[in-house]
Amino acid sequence: MDDISLHILDIAENSAAAGARNIAIRITEDPEADSLTLEIEDDGCGMDAETAARAADPFFSAKGKKFGLGIPFLEQAAQETGGGLRIDSRPGRGTKLTSSFGLSHIDMKPIGDIGQSVMALVGGHPDVRVVFEYRRGTCRFYFDTDKLNEGDIQEGGPASFPDRLLVIKAMINDGIQRRQM
Amino acid sequence: MPGEARKLTVEDLKRIKEEHRATFTLREGGYRAKVTVNMGTCGIAAGAREIMNALVEELSASGAKDVIVTTSGCGGLCSREPMAWVEIAGQPVVRYCDLNGQKIKRILKEHILDGRVVEEYALAVGDETSY
Repeated sequence: MDDISLHILDIAENSAAAGARNIAIRITEDPEADSLTLEIEDDGCGMDAETAARAADPFFSAKGKKFGLGIPFLEQAAQETGGGLRIDSRPGRGTKLTSSFGLSHIDMKPIGDIGQSVMALVGGHPDVRVVFEYRRGTCRFYFDTDKLNEGDIQEGGPASFPDRLLVIKAMINDGIQRRQM
Repeated sequence: MPGEARKLTVEDLKRIKEEHRATFTLREGGYRAKVTVNMGTCGIAAGAREIMNALVEELSASGAKDVIVTTSGCGGLCSREPMAWVEIAGQPVVRYCDLNGQKIKRILKEHILDGRVVEEYALAVGDETSY
């Protein structure tokens, strides 16, 4: 994976595959502590303790395959910056994955195009509510697919599905950029 | 011979199933065409998100309202990712592989909007069902 945004899409796809109706993606940048924390939380089917403990093993998959590389890739990316990865999960309740990164570490990957990742997630799973939150210091940006108003989207006639997706991408990337200034 | 009923063979049934499969799936949703981009870890690492992005941008620009874009997990052939399946109502699904932004734009224009399969990018045509 070239950047953090691709890891986010990959992990959130796991949430969707686990039957989640709600997926929350939270990024917290703390320049003073030189850290970036990524949380992806869902209300999918969850995992028992044994499955969760094996989720970071590349030769383990809960989807009937012989390998599963999404979580190991993210863990590697986090560990390379002095950070790590934790999974909290309960069967029937959902899963919360937290990974931390050393923000200014030389091996820290770029954040990438988060808007495009959320767009691809919503595009593939239009019935899932996706919440995205970005914090940097005291600044905060919040996005919620359930609070997307028609007024945000359409200027003329009814907006098509691709039009809506492009609006989501633009809103998120604009929201992050403004808070990075 | 006129009037003589021809026996329906297993081959006929296979053909009929193949011919109508895509139509049924799409008609239920009211769409003419459906594009499925494989969005497993392998697909994402190979550039599937860019395929989705290019499709959404081009579809928005074209104004086509009868094409649905969606995603799926790993397609089972990781080395040929990014891949996308194109289903047009009444036709067997076409599986495209080794895609990039330029290729999917050409597939959208020629196959999805104009109805001509882009054979040079296609991996296979039809479903991998066992009968």
